[in-house]
Amino acid sequence: MSQHLTSLPVLLPMLAAVLMLMPPCGKNLKIRRYVSVLMGLITTVVSVSLLAYVKVNGTQVYAIGDWSAPFGIVLVADPISTLLVSLTSFLGLVCALYSCAGDDEQGSFFHPLLHFLILGVNGAFLTGDAFNLFVFFEVLLIASYSLLMHGGDKRNTRAALQYVILNLVGSSVFLIALGILYGTLGTLNMADMATRVMELQGDDVYLAKIGGLLLLVVFALKGALLPLHLWLPNTYSTAMPVVAALFAIMTKVGVYSMMRVYTLIFGEQAGELSHMAQHWLWWLALATIVMGAIGVLASQDLRKMVANLVVVSVGTLVALVAAQTVDSSAAAIYYLVHSTLVSAALFLIADLVGKQRGKVSDRITAGRPVAQPLFLGGAFIFAAVTVIGMPPLSGFIGKVWILESTLESAHGHWFWPIYLIASLAVLVSVSKAGSTVFWHHTGKGEANTEEKAHPVQMVAVLMLVAASPLMVIFAGPVTDYAQFAAVELHNFYGLIQHVLGGK
Amino acid sequence: MELLYSSCVGLLVACGVFLILRARTFPVVLGLTMLSYAVNLFLFASGRLSMNQAAVLGYSESYADPLPQALVLTAIVIGFAMTAFVVILAIRGRADLGNDHVNGVVPDKSKTNSRQVKEQGKA
Repeated sequence: MSQHLTSLPVLLPMLAAVLMLMPPCGKNLKIRRYVSVLMGLITTVVSVSLLAYVKVNGTQVYAIGDWSAPFGIVLVADPISTLLVSLTSFLGLVCALYSCAGDDEQGSFFHPLLHFLILGVNGAFLTGDAFNLFVFFEVLLIASYSLLMHGGDKRNTRAALQYVILNLVGSSVFLIALGILYGTLGTLNMADMATRVMELQGDDVYLAKIGGLLLLVVFALKGALLPLHLWLPNTYSTAMPVVAALFAIMTKVGVYSMMRVYTLIFGEQAGELSHMAQHWLWWLALATIVMGAIGVLASQDLRKMVANLVVVSVGTLVALVAAQTVDSSAAAIYYLVHSTLVSAALFLIADLVGKQRGKVSDRITAGRPVAQPLFLGGAFIFAAVTVIGMPPLSGFIGKVWILESTLESAHGHWFWPIYLIASLAVLVSVSKAGSTVFWHHTGKGEANTEEKAHPVQMVAVLMLVAASPLMVIFAGPVTDYAQFAAVELHNFYGLIQHVLGGK
Repeated sequence: MELLYSSCVGLLVACGVFLILRARTFPVVLGLTMLSYAVNLFLFASGRLSMNQAAVLGYSESYADPLPQALVLTAIVIGFAMTAFVVILAIRGRADLGNDHVNGVVPDKSKTNSRQVKEQGKA
């Protein structure tokens, strides 16, 4: 059984989605909700048990159909990918739960699409094959297109149209990059590609470089790295907040793919091509942080602000990927988990605030007070302290670790001021947004008590917000695990040995 | 053959990029289709171009690399689904936004033109 555990985080969401399309779930919303949450829970439990298994037994390689690598497609469950799979499954569970309060009625097939999205994201994290990565990207993209349109209006159609067209162009570029890399390296298994890159000679080196940099373009598009980040604020702020919360993981797929490709395939061992994208990544990441911070300052409503916070977090993560040391990767892993959860939490809080304030919605102006000031205000201040990175919550640990790990790197003296000033901008605008939304009232200042959040929504928000204090209380084990995952990520020969066996 | 093939791919990419930059949904869809054709041809060529070589062992003296053909098949299927989706989305966009521009509003240039036309009409 344990040997098939690796494949379950991919297979279970698929099973869940198909189940929900069939009767009786397809007919009855109530049954569909129960099944959706139940399957989300099962996927989460299985993912976490895979995580525990990998922590004890080391990296697991699952050859699909028992066709061994490099000829068949393999799923590679190493510490970092299982951590992200668990994170995705958990986020999916929370979003499924949150949507049960009524968001899933606004269009058809919300729950099946949600599970298809989880299938795609989990697959992209687990796969060890570059073309398979493309396929899973497409799976998650087509699910995300439909989710984006879910219950949408005019603005939403426009954002979706641009998002879809951009991503279709991105897919074409991805395929061209894969074609070039296959033509020069003769393989698409990532571990095998890494060994072949070392042996490249002559003109093939330049071709492989073109292929690798085209991949950078694709991942920058998926991860919303400057200058390809322009789609993100519009898309995320027009999507339904529960969908946007789920999308918080999707930019991380791009960042994770960068980590994989530029530390494994084009990492230290790649001969002439080692660290070829590092320089690009570094400056683009810094520019992304600056643009994200400006966006946060300029945001007129809460959802757009959170979308820009996602951009800032992507910039920070990519800067850490570019530093390419074990310590910076470990910090990136910790920060990735923290930032995904907190941005999802903020999207959900913004949704509740918007619903309870009537016409003003989630715009950062004075308006009707919210119906549950204590709950929403409390959740907001927790999430805000987390996202700003103030002690005592998880953002602070992440921030200190990030700063410490970039101290030694070549461009550290650029990163520190930019990152700290961006944090200040985030602090200013988040606290201004919070005080305006929760304390400035117009009119009689009477809240509409009928608009109270559904208990299920409150549980979902609490689950996300509680993650931050938990990441502080259990900071020891969590940071140990992040360190372990980073060591394994940089353990080039170890991974090759795992995937390709005795070769 | 290589020259013909590569210039064909190049021409398709050029046309695709030009059409995508037209920023109207119908040309954009056409452009995306052309781009995906070009990509499929390109992927096919990544297994090297050859004549009289079957992709199956034992049917010819030397054999062609079968993997790119499998990749192209996958890419065609995915591309087909995506094109279908973007066509439907474009139709919905036309209905929701009232025009076929990807930004939802026709750019200023034509707006001033239409205003001029209106003013002329009034005069």
